[in-house]
Amino acid sequence: MRQSVTINVNGQRHTQEVEPRLLLAHFLRERLGLTGTNLGCDTSQCGACTVLLDGQAVKSCTVLAVQADGSSVTTIEGLATNGQLHPLQQAFWDNHALQCGFCTPGMIMAATDLLRRHPDPTEAEIRTGLDGNLCRCTGYENIVKAVRSVAEQSS
Amino acid sequence: MYSAEFEYYRATSVAEAVELMRAHPGAKLLAGGHSLLPQMKLRVSQPAALVDISRAAELSGITLDGEMLRIGATTTHAALAASPVVSEHCAILSEAASLIGDQQVRNRGTIGGSLAHADPAADLPTVIVALGGTLTAASAAGPRDVLAGECFVDLFTTALTEGEVLTRVNVPAYGAGTGGAYAKHRHPASGYAVVGVAAIVTVSDGRCTRARLVVGGAQPNPVSASASEAALEGQPLNEATIAAAAAQVAQALPNPLSDHYASADYRRQLATVLARRALVTAAERAAER
Repeated sequence: MRQSVTINVNGQRHTQEVEPRLLLAHFLRERLGLTGTNLGCDTSQCGACTVLLDGQAVKSCTVLAVQADGSSVTTIEGLATNGQLHPLQQAFWDNHALQCGFCTPGMIMAATDLLRRHPDPTEAEIRTGLDGNLCRCTGYENIVKAVRSVAEQSS
Repeated sequence: MYSAEFEYYRATSVAEAVELMRAHPGAKLLAGGHSLLPQMKLRVSQPAALVDISRAAELSGITLDGEMLRIGATTTHAALAASPVVSEHCAILSEAASLIGDQQVRNRGTIGGSLAHADPAADLPTVIVALGGTLTAASAAGPRDVLAGECFVDLFTTALTEGEVLTRVNVPAYGAGTGGAYAKHRHPASGYAVVGVAAIVTVSDGRCTRARLVVGGAQPNPVSASASEAALEGQPLNEATIAAAAAQVAQALPNPLSDHYASADYRRQLATVLARRALVTAAERAAER
């Protein structure tokens, strides 16, 4: 059984035939070549595969492509505009909020959702808000700093 | 990881979901998929077909209907946690929903999915049982209500039958002098409850007129601590009466779950401590209303 899906990814409509068991993460990486979305644990724990689905952060390893039919998806590739890094991307750079970088796309997408809901989060709210994203390098300190700095810039 | 192959059907109404479930024996309902898809990826579950009910608009949303809160089965944990109606009329539910998993999980996971899955370590079954809620299910035979207290039969097993579609969860809004609290010992890696305790108390003229204390995560299904509840009724709620009631919680847990994270004794001890904390907070909140 194959199913036709139309998914708007980073502002571009894509219509494809997919097997129902195709995960959104694989659709993005293998069908569209958008490899910024990483697959870490593949068990909805680590958050590396986080993307925005209709504006909300979701773990794309636990969403079927057919479930996203008709929806809009934003991946890390969709954040920069006209060659300008998104404020969160710039803040991660400025605050040394990444080391190996594997968790970074998911971390930034989750932080995007967090700042949408809480434009001025406390440090505790940032830590709780990002607890679905694991980082094995940084110890989180600079990630929290980076998110906080974006909140400060816009307030 | 890929699941085994399955056929995928989309229902846009309850009637259509019931018909698709009838036409495809062994099919599973898919809403947020946050319990089902991980199981399917591990091939613990290999349904031949999925019926996606996430687009059936009538299944989503929260309404206050007189004294009852009616919550559509596909309402997400994030929606429950953020709902002003829920936090005003049934705050224990938004409190528990906000403690489930993480933000991404709460954005997808649904109340109906959590209840129908009946994971012993889930949070919402415990709270819905404590609230004395009912679950409305639809089937070809028509709708029926199942008492939450009779719904959770065993590990991952409910009183809902094959082909029934859980459509709505009904819980009473807090009355005057009622307060509730959910206290949870969260597994640090998974976020699931090692033990979670829901307490709901009603206080009138300084005395407890009604107490509900339910323990989840300790036994295969949520368990009412009836001796503790009885010990509180008619009493003023203070440190001494609450400690005495909490000390009786272990009686309700004859055979706790035991695994390499938490032994049976540890779970019993957690239940006692969390019961005391939940009751203290519930009593404070009842005094404020």
